Amino acid sequence: METKTLDADAIRTMQDTAPTAGGVSKQKARVSRLMVSPSVLLLLLWMVVPLSMTIYFSLIRYNLLYPGENEYVGLENFRFFVTDLGFMAGMTNTLLLVGSVLLITVVFGVLISLLINLAFWGQGIVRILLISPFFIMPTVNALVWKNLLLHPVSGVFAAIWQFFGAQPIDWFSEFPLFSIIMIVSWQWLPFAILLLMTALQSLDQEQQEAARLDGAGPWALFWHLTLPHLARPIAVVVMIETIFLLSLFAEIFTTTGGGPGYETTNLAYLIYSQALLQFDVGLASAGGLIAVILANIAAFFLVRVVGKSLTDKQ
Amino acid sequence: MADLTIKNLKKSFGDVEILKGINLNIKDHEFVVFVGPSGCGKSTLLRSIAGLEEVTSGHIYLDDREITELAPAKRDLAMVFQSYALYPHMSVRKNMSFALELAKEPKETIKAKVAEAARILELEPLLERKPKELSGGQRQRVAIGRSIVRQPKVFLFDEPLSNLDAALRVQMRLELARLHHDLKATMIYVTHDQVEAMTLANKVVVLNQGQIEQVGSPMELYHSPANRFVAGFLGMPKMSFLPATVLACDHQGTRIQLEDGATLTLPVEGTSLRKDSRVTLGVRPENIYVSDPAESHLTGRLDIAENLGSDTYCYVKTGTGETLTVRTPGNFTCNFGQQIGLSLELDQCHLFDDQDQALPRLEQIAA
Amino acid sequence: MLSLKQRRSLTTALMGILAWGVALAIFFPIFWMLLTSFKTEIDAFATPPQLFFTPTLENYTLVNERSDYFHFAWNSVVVSFGSTIIGMLLAVPAAYSMAFFETKRTKATLLWMLSTKMLPPVGVLVPIYLLFKDLQMLDTRIGLTIIFTLINLPIMIWMAYTYFKEIPKEVLEAARMDGSTLFQEIWRVLLPMSKGGLASTVLLALILSWNEAFWSLNLTASQAAPLTALIASYSSPEGLFWAKLSAVSTLACAPILIFGWISQKQLVRGLSFGAVK
Repeated sequence: METKTLDADAIRTMQDTAPTAGGVSKQKARVSRLMVSPSVLLLLLWMVVPLSMTIYFSLIRYNLLYPGENEYVGLENFRFFVTDLGFMAGMTNTLLLVGSVLLITVVFGVLISLLINLAFWGQGIVRILLISPFFIMPTVNALVWKNLLLHPVSGVFAAIWQFFGAQPIDWFSEFPLFSIIMIVSWQWLPFAILLLMTALQSLDQEQQEAARLDGAGPWALFWHLTLPHLARPIAVVVMIETIFLLSLFAEIFTTTGGGPGYETTNLAYLIYSQALLQFDVGLASAGGLIAVILANIAAFFLVRVVGKSLTDKQ
Repeated sequence: MADLTIKNLKKSFGDVEILKGINLNIKDHEFVVFVGPSGCGKSTLLRSIAGLEEVTSGHIYLDDREITELAPAKRDLAMVFQSYALYPHMSVRKNMSFALELAKEPKETIKAKVAEAARILELEPLLERKPKELSGGQRQRVAIGRSIVRQPKVFLFDEPLSNLDAALRVQMRLELARLHHDLKATMIYVTHDQVEAMTLANKVVVLNQGQIEQVGSPMELYHSPANRFVAGFLGMPKMSFLPATVLACDHQGTRIQLEDGATLTLPVEGTSLRKDSRVTLGVRPENIYVSDPAESHLTGRLDIAENLGSDTYCYVKTGTGETLTVRTPGNFTCNFGQQIGLSLELDQCHLFDDQDQALPRLEQIAA
Repeated sequence: MLSLKQRRSLTTALMGILAWGVALAIFFPIFWMLLTSFKTEIDAFATPPQLFFTPTLENYTLVNERSDYFHFAWNSVVVSFGSTIIGMLLAVPAAYSMAFFETKRTKATLLWMLSTKMLPPVGVLVPIYLLFKDLQMLDTRIGLTIIFTLINLPIMIWMAYTYFKEIPKEVLEAARMDGSTLFQEIWRVLLPMSKGGLASTVLLALILSWNEAFWSLNLTASQAAPLTALIASYSSPEGLFWAKLSAVSTLACAPILIFGWISQKQLVRGLSFGAVK
């Protein structure tokens, strides 16, 4: 007589995810809610209060230089923001910045992590050297590059250029945005390397050996086994970098102040300059909301990937 | 005294009812085994007794105290987990003394109790080691030691042997039996392995789908199963079942006809049955023997024979497609596909009605 | 012709050299900064930049005189450690409850918490700035600590949650049967068992707070400014204090650099929001 029974796994899953009534006593549920509530409450406040204020400010006229003139202006701030001289530059620069850094860090990240995945003498030290830039303060990063490396007279790059007989480049004057891209890529490359390196270590050795026996050469191994395995960590790297690069601020603040002109102004810096330099709160709030929407789009995809990793069985 | 009484215990997870009303009495010093297939609710029942699961309704009493709502630690019970659940960051000694420390017992008492438990379980040389330095069997003994020091009224074991290899399992089974005898404690033991149930228990509780199928001593359940489930669950290899129809019933017994036409009379009380109703014949491998096909109850074709050395188990297919397991002596030889005659020890056979309930034997009624 | 074994070792050696080359190139700016910190200002600004020079310790010994280093370093320490401690006090119970009392809403709550970290700070710069101004929290260590706690709390809860999930539930049940209260269960069993993971969580929070460069630049002036802001102030063109800058930077970055080196493997989990383990 074979009857259908709930197998042990099903019961365990039910025990783990049972809603209050069946699985956990009322008292336990209350205690557990109490343990989570402070965090939830604080984060809720952190999110809701400022955000709603931003929304409110974006819909009124509010300039710190003219206090008291706070009438409702609807979407006028948004229109101003979008038609502002700096806006197009800000958007383009943001996209250029994020795109270039992503490209550089992912491509070189993959190559370098593959390189150091092979065993060789001093691998541990090489790893430490490679991940160091990520732990350097952004402001230190910016100034070290600006002064010590890229300075057209006494910088190391200048010395190298002169060594090869070329005229040294004044990076921040001639290629301001590129300079920033260089600085930021240098800082974030280790992030990509670290994540990809870790992911490479979980590559299935047996699968590789089977493929090699089947006659796969190094390129085929890379294309058909390694790259697909890296697809998800690369996606994670791209999404996390996007989220943080969209709000890039410190490097610009410390080196170019957004200039010359608007050449290194990204969206974040634009909003900052409007709020704290021009004191136009309404305008800055409108811009801030636009930045939030952009970030949400990127975050939406990241949350999906991360959420999936939550449900992955160990 | 450690009598445990369970009254109408029900447990649901959300909409799913796992325990559908358990009523059970466990007497002091008994070794009770909860046995049943995966998902029958035996672990849930144990955990409810322990207090690790909240019951939906019903009562649990230890001696005269109601413990249904009490926290686990206050129930005077100790549990040995399937995965042993030792504290990995504590030494064996600390693992065993933790509960006593929490209860704020004096240091001398703790030392004495731990030393005694270590002596009983031969853990003395291991006291300063950490769990990860121990083998599976040693870890299990520490888990048992952790329970012993608490001197609980009842020991609860949740499938303690299932993580051990076969040889170790046999050895630990003997040690558990010895432990029960030495400690004279009440023990409740959950397993899906019916061999453990048969060998360790004073009392076996067979569970199926959240309900108790039968309670009794191993031999009672073995020789007088109350229903087809219990009959098929206990005993290795399993009992064979043949469908049949009732022909007649009188003071001599019940006359049935098997699918292939053979008729048998069993000394079983069948007056509650109507003619032509469906019944099931149950017969254990050791109650079938090979005989001359001309004088057999039925014949079949030998499918496979498994020779274990001491016995050979033959799997015989009848003409109508049922398989019978037959125990034969180890030197029995036969060819695949050969026709064999089988005779049944009729007074050892079981008959189950169309609700799968066992029909009582005639001599039981006479007595 | 080289044998397979010889070919393999040659490839490995070449790859090794290449890897070292790349690593040294990438590490170079940090190396150069370290080097410059031992130069005099004149040497630091020399054209072409000198690899060999007479080293001096004056930038380090006078670092506090010339730049009031300790004041800013202390701010960094207070704010980083303060926000991490408060964060852990909130995160551990929250993670415990979510790991061991999982309900249907737990996953959604966790993901929502993470999403608050993805909010671009510029989006709320204005209201926070104005709020702080009104509450007179601008340029205070407390204000900055609160902000840092809030921005790092999601990651701390998240990391603690993933580490707690790896603890077998039965050990905690055994503790319960042995008579421990909830507090004892957490303090004497759960925390010792997960101390590795919690250490990584603390380290990550410290690193993120120490290097934070948006709120620390915008919400502080001279009183509560941490090291990030101190260094940013060197960008004004008043003087070329490169050697001094290098010394201050080295001092500011060294502890975090070492933290990062030690815990690189464990950080991956937090840095990738758990998506890469």
